[in-house]
Amino acid sequence: MPNDGNNRGSGGITRRQFVGYLIAGPTLIAACGELSTDQSSSEAVPTVQPVDLFDLTDLLTAAAAPTANLIWIEMNPDGTFGFALPRAEVGQGITTATAMVIADEMGLRVDQVKVRLADARPELIWNQNTGGSNSMHSMFTPLRIAAAIARGRLLEAAAELLGSPLSDVDLVGGLIRTVNGVTMALADLVGLAAVGQTVQIPVPEVKSPSQWSIIGKPQPRVDAQAIVTGTKQFAMDLDVPGAMPTMLCRAPTINGSAHAVRNLSTVLAYPGVTDIAIIPRTDNVPGGVAVCARTFGDCITAIRALDVQWNAGSVDDKSDEDVLAALKFAELPMLPPLLADHVEDQFTFHFRPGDPLETNAAVANVRNGKIEVWACLKTPVWIQEQLALNYGLPLTSVTVHCVEGGGSFGRHLFGDAAFEAVAVSHKLGKPVKLMWHRTDNFRQGRVHPMATSRVRITYGGGLVLAYDQRHTSVATDFTNGVGELLTSMAATLPMFNSLGYSELVFTLTANVPYNFGPATQLLREIYSYNHFNTSSVRNIYSPDVCTAREVMVDRAARAMGQDEVKFRRKFIRDQRLRAVLDVAAQQGNWGRPMAPGTAQGMAVHMEYKGRAACLVEIDCTQATVTRDVPEAYTGPRVTKVVYVVDVGLPINPMGLEAQMMGGIMDGIAQALSYSLHLEKGHFLEGSWDHAFYTRQWNVPEVKVIVMPPTSNDPGGAGEFGVAATMAAVANAYARATGVAVNSFPLNHGTLGFVPLPTIPSIPESPTNGLAKAY
Amino acid sequence: MSLFSFVLNGKRVTVDCDADLRMLWVVRDLLGVHGPKYGCGLGVCQACTSHVNGKAVNLCAIRVADMKYADEVVTIEGLPATVGADLHPMQAAWLAYDVGQCGYCQPGQIMTAVALVKNAQAAKRDLTDADYDQIRNVCRCGTYTRVREAIAAGAQAMKTDG
Repeated sequence: MPNDGNNRGSGGITRRQFVGYLIAGPTLIAACGELSTDQSSSEAVPTVQPVDLFDLTDLLTAAAAPTANLIWIEMNPDGTFGFALPRAEVGQGITTATAMVIADEMGLRVDQVKVRLADARPELIWNQNTGGSNSMHSMFTPLRIAAAIARGRLLEAAAELLGSPLSDVDLVGGLIRTVNGVTMALADLVGLAAVGQTVQIPVPEVKSPSQWSIIGKPQPRVDAQAIVTGTKQFAMDLDVPGAMPTMLCRAPTINGSAHAVRNLSTVLAYPGVTDIAIIPRTDNVPGGVAVCARTFGDCITAIRALDVQWNAGSVDDKSDEDVLAALKFAELPMLPPLLADHVEDQFTFHFRPGDPLETNAAVANVRNGKIEVWACLKTPVWIQEQLALNYGLPLTSVTVHCVEGGGSFGRHLFGDAAFEAVAVSHKLGKPVKLMWHRTDNFRQGRVHPMATSRVRITYGGGLVLAYDQRHTSVATDFTNGVGELLTSMAATLPMFNSLGYSELVFTLTANVPYNFGPATQLLREIYSYNHFNTSSVRNIYSPDVCTAREVMVDRAARAMGQDEVKFRRKFIRDQRLRAVLDVAAQQGNWGRPMAPGTAQGMAVHMEYKGRAACLVEIDCTQATVTRDVPEAYTGPRVTKVVYVVDVGLPINPMGLEAQMMGGIMDGIAQALSYSLHLEKGHFLEGSWDHAFYTRQWNVPEVKVIVMPPTSNDPGGAGEFGVAATMAAVANAYARATGVAVNSFPLNHGTLGFVPLPTIPSIPESPTNGLAKAY
Repeated sequence: MSLFSFVLNGKRVTVDCDADLRMLWVVRDLLGVHGPKYGCGLGVCQACTSHVNGKAVNLCAIRVADMKYADEVVTIEGLPATVGADLHPMQAAWLAYDVGQCGYCQPGQIMTAVALVKNAQAAKRDLTDADYDQIRNVCRCGTYTRVREAIAAGAQAMKTDG
């Protein structure tokens, strides 16, 4: 059975070597660190599938363990508490979840905890990586210990001040309360709770789940007010003195580079333009021709006027069909089929964007031998170290500030904009505010690699006898490693990326949650990590691996004459997974009569210590498919989604529901409509009206059901809605139409838009805004 | 370069810039008002949606030279003042449904929602699913379901508030 990490929850604390401190300072500072790695999850020998015993969540948690030293909670002069989170907030809600955990342990209100993002802290090494939906899983215990230490010290200080025995004071709802009914604000303890000398203290007991009053209850986001008033600051909203708007004119093909600018002096004279410079392409810097100007609008006008001589890109000779042929050629062989019946197919998953709504953006200031950069970064330590190396500076001369991001979906595992902004600022000797154009973000940004997946399910005598899956993919760039230079450099070594990190991630995430006899799932990658610009786009391999698997599970069920849900129930080898399936089938009314051209579809998935089942209803009738929305891809419409999720311990059900909703919209898009078309070394998509991400006209009725806690440990949430949804949509479509689909997204075969030119790289902004006012 | 003048969030502003400069950059880069977001610069994603004389527009698709002296531009920052409160009812609805995730598109979503509701209420009708299906604002986090719920609640509150 899968290792669900119950041994590392509240009951597992004694097994880990934590250390607590009160740190000297003008106010209370309570810290928690970890002395050594918890070995508990790596003791077991893989039996059925390695992922059962040690999955990606475990790897990222183990990587974080040795250096979890130190996180600390500090008291602010106004009596609130501050915490610098060594993770990126990109909408997934970890600032809120972190504030909840601290508040609950300390006895505060959530609004008394102010969570901000920490700058790069190189001493944290592996523990400042945001990815794999691992943040809450790895931080949950250290956070609570630090909070318990802070609480203990506050109670001591309060008892001293009030002249009461320690047992007579409590901290509840953000106030000190005594047994006599006296209450006191925490602000009164600001100086008193501080310690003059740093002392190590015994690790205190933390609250048991029965004492929690905030964890597990719905909590609105801590930044909700800032979001709705427009005051939430993203990288391009920062006011860094002197930082000039900067954009790049980019090559017409992927990874092309600028050779020369033929009309430099002409364009330099354009309104607002101050600087134009060729920025060479390097391993970290995408590069092109940088234009600094008074406004981004002036940058756009100037870039459109530039006449640039371009060098070739890295994949100029390649189109979709070439990459697909290379994938099919590279596919690892299957074992010879057993003398039994089997179902088998090969699926194609096209390139698709990993674009958040905020484009790549960073502010950089390189002056006097110092680098300072601000951006949304999920691997800030790696970026800090790489910058120090690239510019020959000591680490202490490089400051990396983490800004909250307007989405990530894997894009901010890399610091493309940060590296580029630093390169421009270095070249021009002035601070810059660098932003990518949307069209460039689609065309030159990081994407989910194209992949194929062959699945064979062998059956006989009412049993499934074997499961084989061969996943073949354009290389996923893992040179960000787990956020630190050493691992990152290992990933750039020849063959390491394909034989090392990728395979590791694949092995730690792919799984067959059914009793299907011997199961093999193998990955082979083609090309090098830097031929295409890829990244671990939300949920990495899983949406494709899961969709291929679940579609074939449906086909096997039908081949064996069984209902798709009953078949799953029979073969699922995990109780929690069977439970979510049952709830989805029941709440979604599986098997209800459906009109012709419409159908239900079901899929299950297991990852991030969690279990998910998704029931989808789809409408593929002619009237729906051809419904008219201007400049839109309409197509089949998912009309209803019931998503049942068990994440072990849901910290914030409201935030978890939001993450599942987002994953559902992603899964629908990836099954039906969202992809990139590669033609002779460039992607044709250049706008949100080309790359058909889910829009309101595609949105279904959604019901998310969060299962009650099945563990004392939070699993991952941020990526967990995608895979099961994508698979369920594919299954619903096949059941509605009778068409055995094996290429995703469904609409990829027909180009639904007129591509923008590649030169100039940036299209002109329209001027009809007032005419279209409504 | 020429001088252009209009009213932004209740205050007269004057800028000296190129006539073709789009209003998004006038507002963000020259006037330092950052609520309207850049998401495409193509009039597609709707992240910069704001109001001109009470109508929803994409600031990225308006030349500053096309603005008239008397034109009143309202961004998310100026929305509460249009109802004389700390928060517009639509913003309050957004809080009640905890709509935002990363939050980047939400100023535009709210400005779109307010215009939709005002149009429907002027026509004395309620918004339907067909109306929500026409909303073009991209939310890459996928908050669409809660956007719909919040608009319905915000519409109710806008009715009540008169």
